[in-house]
Amino acid sequence: MKKLLIPALLAALMVGCSSTPIDETGGAPVESRSGSGVTPVTAGGLDSRGLPRELTDPKSVLSQRSIYFDLDKYEVKDEYKDLVAAHAKYLVANKGFKVLIQGNTDERGSREYNLSLGQKRSDSVKRSLILLGAKEDQVESVSLGEEKPKNPGHDEAAWADNRRADILYKAPDGRGEF
Amino acid sequence: MPHFFRKILLVLSLLAATAVQAQLSIEITGAGANRIPVAIADFAGDPAAARIIAATVRSDLERSGLFKLIDASGAGLDENSPINHGDWKSRGADALAAGSLARSPDGRMEARFRVYDTQKQVALGGAVYVTGNDQLRAAGHRIADYIYEKLTGEKGVFSTRIAYVVKSGGQFRLQIADADGQGAVTALSSSEPIISPVWSPDGSKLAYVSFEKKKPVVYVHTLASGQRQVVANFKGSNSAPAWSPDGRKLAVVLSKDGNSQIYLVNADGTGVQRLTQSGGIDTEPRFAPDGSIYFTSDRGGSPQIYRMGASGGDAQRVTFEGNYNVSPRPSADGKSLAFISRRDGRFQLAVMDLASKQVQVLTDSTKDESPSFAPNSRMILIATETGGRGVLSAVSSDGRIKQRLSIAAGDVREPAWGPFIQ
Repeated sequence: MKKLLIPALLAALMVGCSSTPIDETGGAPVESRSGSGVTPVTAGGLDSRGLPRELTDPKSVLSQRSIYFDLDKYEVKDEYKDLVAAHAKYLVANKGFKVLIQGNTDERGSREYNLSLGQKRSDSVKRSLILLGAKEDQVESVSLGEEKPKNPGHDEAAWADNRRADILYKAPDGRGEF
Repeated sequence: MPHFFRKILLVLSLLAATAVQAQLSIEITGAGANRIPVAIADFAGDPAAARIIAATVRSDLERSGLFKLIDASGAGLDENSPINHGDWKSRGADALAAGSLARSPDGRMEARFRVYDTQKQVALGGAVYVTGNDQLRAAGHRIADYIYEKLTGEKGVFSTRIAYVVKSGGQFRLQIADADGQGAVTALSSSEPIISPVWSPDGSKLAYVSFEKKKPVVYVHTLASGQRQVVANFKGSNSAPAWSPDGRKLAVVLSKDGNSQIYLVNADGTGVQRLTQSGGIDTEPRFAPDGSIYFTSDRGGSPQIYRMGASGGDAQRVTFEGNYNVSPRPSADGKSLAFISRRDGRFQLAVMDLASKQVQVLTDSTKDESPSFAPNSRMILIATETGGRGVLSAVSSDGRIKQRLSIAAGDVREPAWGPFIQ
């Protein structure tokens, strides 16, 4: 309460205690802090389809779109090389098609740092596709970090499911998954 | 009862439940060592309105953990009543506030009050706040701020606002509420995640990352109008916005040139300038009041916090203990740095005194995230987890005072404490 002393003394000296002036300059209106101060907005909901069957038919290798990674690892594992090669081949043969690679991480740690780690995974898949002949303007690598877990669990198995990169396709007419 | 009516009843009760559960509830789990005993007399004037004012002031002061409320019932005072200081002192009150509510000529309410030091037997000052009938709680917060400042010498934060993200039922809602969690309104709803909200220095806008375009894009959102502007949507990921102290620029993290690196853009998205040039990850930039930038980088092999000048260049490493220190947040007074530190696999809120470089871990939780300082640098809001649910926790910068804010029907995360109101 030491800090009270000086203003308190000043107040007492100037006007005496019972007639301490009320600061009328404080009479500015108290603005609406919520309610009318915020206009609600709704976003999201892109979900167009319309891709060729070979990209979506479960019997086609191209319907497999997920590449899984080990803990703290960002290189495409050998077991996914054929899968990535099949997608690269499709992009080489279909120059009008584009892919978005979304990198993902498990839930542990900082959301923004995980976003950057997921980016390392998607960048790694992108590099493989480009090496195999896909064009730079056909491939975009992005990260969803820990924000879109495929497995909502909180154990080792769930975390392994979520250390992943997914490939999304868009047809030349603009229809597709992104 | 016919099946049809039962269904309607069920829907109605669900709606009612949603409305109640959307409100943040607050729980205090600690208090300061030396609380100032203060009495807040009932305000004179319209009893219903006066009750709202006094109750808001009392709960604000109590929640801060710095005050002990002394019962003042039946005092029958207003701001002009003579005060029997000895009487209040003997009741245990070191300070007293009394006031009244009156209708102003334009139909609004005027709250007048004075604050007294019963030890020194003097009035410390008083003020009048004019408010609409529906804004009585806002007036109460302003009065609590006034009393807080008179009694502690620091500015109060009761009339500031907080932003946070609620995830429930697959929907993400960016919400704005009073600092006590009341009066929550939704600024943005989306079926895709929203992360990293940050307030512009004037409190009129939020910058954040939205995934509504299937990738992270940085937006600036004007709260009053709902107008949204894309400020960074380059090829690759765009994230981690931070306002410059003058509100004219944003530091952002872009992957357009390869790794996640830090760039500066004007608040309208023009004039992109690269600030970091490392082979690894540079992210989570935050401006200190002196204009320097703290950020997270893995350039040394593990994620650690570094500091560089406003225009980039050489960076100095700031954290050395442990192998995971992230999410740096310098305080507004420039004296301390809050961050998240991983210790024995637990992610905990830590604070570094920037003068002595001493680090103190403030929580015993395991999943702390996204710290945010109150504008008076006294409290830190974090996201954490209890019982498998995301909640917010406010922790005093000495770790003594803890409050938990939760929502019954959802996960709360990504808190951002707004600036002082202007």
